[in-house]
Amino acid sequence: MSELNTLVGIFIGSLLVNNFVLSYFLGLCPFFGVSGKLQTAFRLGLATTFVMVITSLCATALNTFVLPAAPYLRLISFILVIASTVQFVEMAIKKLSPALFRALGIFLPLITTNCAILGLALFQTSRGYNLVEGLVFALGGGGGFTLALVLMAGLREEAELSEPPSVVRGTAMTLITAGLLSLAFMGFAGLFSGEGA
Amino acid sequence: MNPNPPDETAEELLKGIWRENPVFVQVLGMCPTLAVTNSAINALVMGLATLSVLVASSFLVSLLRSFIPKQVRISTYIVIIATFVTVADFVLQATVPAVHKELGAFISLIVVNCLILGRQEAFASKNPVKLAIADAIGMGIGFTFALLCLGSLREILGSGSLFGFDLFGPGYEPWVVMILPPGGFIMLGLILLFFNQVAAWRARHQARRQQEAA
Repeated sequence: MSELNTLVGIFIGSLLVNNFVLSYFLGLCPFFGVSGKLQTAFRLGLATTFVMVITSLCATALNTFVLPAAPYLRLISFILVIASTVQFVEMAIKKLSPALFRALGIFLPLITTNCAILGLALFQTSRGYNLVEGLVFALGGGGGFTLALVLMAGLREEAELSEPPSVVRGTAMTLITAGLLSLAFMGFAGLFSGEGA
Repeated sequence: MNPNPPDETAEELLKGIWRENPVFVQVLGMCPTLAVTNSAINALVMGLATLSVLVASSFLVSLLRSFIPKQVRISTYIVIIATFVTVADFVLQATVPAVHKELGAFISLIVVNCLILGRQEAFASKNPVKLAIADAIGMGIGFTFALLCLGSLREILGSGSLFGFDLFGPGYEPWVVMILPPGGFIMLGLILLFFNQVAAWRARHQARRQQEAA
């Protein structure tokens, strides 16, 4: 039972309380770059979540079998795993949905340099999560990333229609909106404080 | 091929600091910019670490630019960058353990700072070593400067101090939200707003002057 509690704690913690984008500031480039359209944002979120899950599996494997012998290789091996997974996802999406491939454009290969993914692998290592905990953490983190991206895209689509003054248009307004969103997410902070999340 | 006059090197050096400032103008490398700027000292250490990684990788990439095959260049850059970040990580751990602990994973995350990879792809891989280093130093200083601005402002407002020294005395009610995540977003938004406004003023001013001249 306490096992389940820990898992739920990790999931909610990474989904809402310590949302990767809004409280750890990870993955901001796609957050600002792809959050213009709702549908594209959602699909990029899914692709990123998928890469996160694979990365989490590989990171656990690396942590167990390879890295105890050579800890200084941690960063390099993680980034190589991520780069190859992204390459694979890119090929798959190109084959399955050319339209989505075009819509994501440069942001698809840039998933490699999405700090949310490397951050996930590093946090997982430093907190000593096992295989299942790591998977739950990846699902929560990816879900949180998708959630933030979709919320932001919705807000931006709405804001486009209301004709803001030209000075605030673009990144400045997006940043301040993100600040307000992050403020709202801080409200989740009390949610799991007692459960060791 | 072309002999670079000294002012070209200086030009590459200076453009990163202000005109093409990586944070305020190009809006690159946002994750560390926002995550570690809750105090001036963190911002400074992070900026310097990024600066040294950027200079070292630009040097190596520029040196090897004719040997790196086009198809695998991005992975090559990443491996080069990751190597230098590992070095920087160990150096910081040995010299300033307290700050290293506070920055935590964000030191390792320099690897995926889009600013560094961007400079390799856009500049270092196409230019001779001297220019590449000048460009890297300029961009690095611009990045450090932006981080320091943001870090100082947030620390002054959020904890009423600068580099740990108390500024306003005990009567000051700290604006805590500024050192929390939302403060980072809002503060950077306000700074960008200010930059936009200045650009708009300048454009209007120039237009009026042209009108008067005509």
